[in-house]
Amino acid sequence: MDDVNIGGYQFMEATTMSRDRETRSEQGTQALSRNSAASLFGSERGSDVPDNTVGVITHDDPIFACRSVDVFYADKQAIFGVDLDIGRNQVISMIGPSGCGKSTFLRCLNRMNDTIDIARVTGRIELDGQDILDSKIDVVPLRARVGMVFQKPNPFPKSIYENVAYGPRIHGLARDRVELDEIVQTSLERAGLLKEVKDRMDQPGTGLSGGQQQRLCIARAIAVSPEVILMDEPCSALDPIATARIEDLIDELKENYTICIVTHSMQQAARVSQRTAYFHLGYLVEVDETDKIFTNPSHKLTEDYITGRFG
Amino acid sequence: MSNTNSTGRDAGTGLKATNRSMDRVQASLRRRYRAEKRFRAYGLISVVVGILFLFVLMASILAKGYPAFRQTFVTLDVYLDSAVIDPEGSRDPAVLRLADYKRLIRNSLQEIFPDASGRSERRKLVALISNGAPFQIQGLVMDEPSLVGQTLTLEFPASADLDMLMKGHIDRSLPEAERRLSDAQIGWVDKLVEQGRVHKRWNKALLSNGDSRDPEMAGIWGAVKGSFYMLVVTLVLSFPIGVAAAVYLEEFAPRNRWTDLIEININNLAAVPSIVFGLLGLAVFLNFFGMPRSAPLVGGLVLTVMTLPTVIISSRAALTSVPPSIREAALGMGASKMQATFHHVVPLAVPGMLTGTIIGMARALGESAPLLMIGMVAFIVDVPQGFTDPATALPVQIYLWADAPERAFVERTSAAILVLLAFLIAMNSLAIFLRRRFERRW
Ligand SMILES: Nc1ncnc2c1ncn2[C@@H]1O[C@H](COP(=O)(O)OP(=O)(O)OP(=O)(O)O)[C@@H](O)[C@H]1O
Ligand SMILES: [Mg+2]
Repeated sequence: MDDVNIGGYQFMEATTMSRDRETRSEQGTQALSRNSAASLFGSERGSDVPDNTVGVITHDDPIFACRSVDVFYADKQAIFGVDLDIGRNQVISMIGPSGCGKSTFLRCLNRMNDTIDIARVTGRIELDGQDILDSKIDVVPLRARVGMVFQKPNPFPKSIYENVAYGPRIHGLARDRVELDEIVQTSLERAGLLKEVKDRMDQPGTGLSGGQQQRLCIARAIAVSPEVILMDEPCSALDPIATARIEDLIDELKENYTICIVTHSMQQAARVSQRTAYFHLGYLVEVDETDKIFTNPSHKLTEDYITGRFG
Repeated sequence: MSNTNSTGRDAGTGLKATNRSMDRVQASLRRRYRAEKRFRAYGLISVVVGILFLFVLMASILAKGYPAFRQTFVTLDVYLDSAVIDPEGSRDPAVLRLADYKRLIRNSLQEIFPDASGRSERRKLVALISNGAPFQIQGLVMDEPSLVGQTLTLEFPASADLDMLMKGHIDRSLPEAERRLSDAQIGWVDKLVEQGRVHKRWNKALLSNGDSRDPEMAGIWGAVKGSFYMLVVTLVLSFPIGVAAAVYLEEFAPRNRWTDLIEININNLAAVPSIVFGLLGLAVFLNFFGMPRSAPLVGGLVLTVMTLPTVIISSRAALTSVPPSIREAALGMGASKMQATFHHVVPLAVPGMLTGTIIGMARALGESAPLLMIGMVAFIVDVPQGFTDPATALPVQIYLWADAPERAFVERTSAAILVLLAFLIAMNSLAIFLRRRFERRW
């Protein structure tokens, strides 16, 4: 793990390094109350986790701005006061040891945690300035704007065509069959699957290979033209070739989409993302430019993790 | 643990130690395999015993029920005497309907047995032929009044006693007083057989008639239709209501004390003895709503109430077995809860729901206790023509026939059981077929 491959990773314009003072101090008091709250993680937390996230949490042109996001599963807190901006049309990767809350945080961004009865999310998550945690927000258009690709490929047990056409159909994006066909074609094309499936569009999506299924899920997600695509370990079940294809795809997609990707592969994070966030036991420990995280991490925990000493 | 100990003790003889532990593994392996074999033997024995019992049961029902599908017929030459049927020659249907056709049969029999004289002798003679025979002639004459005056050769169903004699169920060696047929009657029957007038034929009446006091005229068609109407009501009500309730409880209802309570109650209802539902039907449908007694409609309602818990429970099980990833996928696409449920979850749960429903229906088909309370355990001759006509059901018919004293009803009981079993097998096959059909789609 020491020789982290950061080849293929591109630099981007430097983001503002000045941190929002107000947020910091606010966070400080929160951190204090957090400590006194002494949740289940309290004992595990130790002194290693910083009171404030290290690095640069803000972004010039944020599509998402999350402030002091807490997530609880029943009484158990899984995410502790996360502050994070997610930049428009860039790839941000979330890394961290298993169980640190990456998936939980990702699912906050399109309110998928609503589907878990015991989950409760507090704080502010602004999508283009609008707080999506507001109970008045309709999750249906939100999820159309913020698509999701799950860890395990989960195509519908319907035909390949129906899988991709489902989103546009329920959102009424196509006026007629021709338009729908076109959306399906372009989505599959962009997901790099069209060549393999164009002769068997009416066959079940579940009959594809794992990698093809995952690309089908990506095609399904981009068919509704979301602004953000959340990907939870999209390559965890795939072989290196299928992984490479999906990474290429992410690279292409970031021209038009914002992508948040959770991954256990640091090479992958380094290859595809511009920014990287490191989570630890429910805390966002460090977030920064990907090359900074992988070459010169500021926090000990991050360093330990990316050098393979921990996690 | 013991391995480390042993290596510790004979340090330097590592190979031996390994051998010894291998021995132990071998020994335990043998023990494990023995246990496995034993378990398999137990399983096999219980399966064999089960099949044996089933076989014995089926064989005995088949052996008992099979003869009921054959009925003895007697061929007679009947002179349609116009002096008896229509002395005035008006050919008025009212006159034709009320004519004494029994006398025609008696005349025809007396021609064969001129020695039978006196009232009681003659009555005994006529008792050899079914009570349904006069109606057979009546039907012919009503359809075709021009037949009056002619002599026809007709086949009449024999009375149940003659039929039993032919099937060997009446012991000729018993003293006359203990037999249902007198010596004279047996003598006549033997003569009829000699003349080649007695035949066994397919018993059409059994499948096409309603119930009757006379075994040879009794059929299960009325009961079959009653059961059919009831099951239609049950299916039409319990499937949509049960599925809707299951979908609501499983996918939409919040999890709280109320839904817990409902769930517990549904589970309890599934275990309530079925006669209780009959009492409910009596109190609610008959007494409160004033619905007609003995009607398949009410029977169907009672059976609906009885099968609903089964349908709800199995539908919920089918819904829970749909992988949550499908729901997540749909919701993640921006489908509303309703869309996710009805576009993706329910279609996958349909085979399970159908199986549950059909199994519930099969149970309803075999149920007689709840029908007891709403007056469907009655002697009903007419075949029901609609949902509100008085009717019985197959299991009720079986129960009634099993209770009847005539020997001829014994085999008819078994025959009715065979018909009921055939229905059950057909329904279960349908359940399996539907399940395969819907599951194999992808
Ligand atoms: N549905 C749930 N109910 C209760 N607790 C949950 C649930 N989902 C997650 N958790 C808890 O929340 C914490 C964070 O889980 P999460 O799935 O977000 O971790 P993760 O970082 O995605 O881990 P991994 O890398 O293994 O996927 C864990 O302690 C987990 O036990
Ligand atoms: Mg996860």
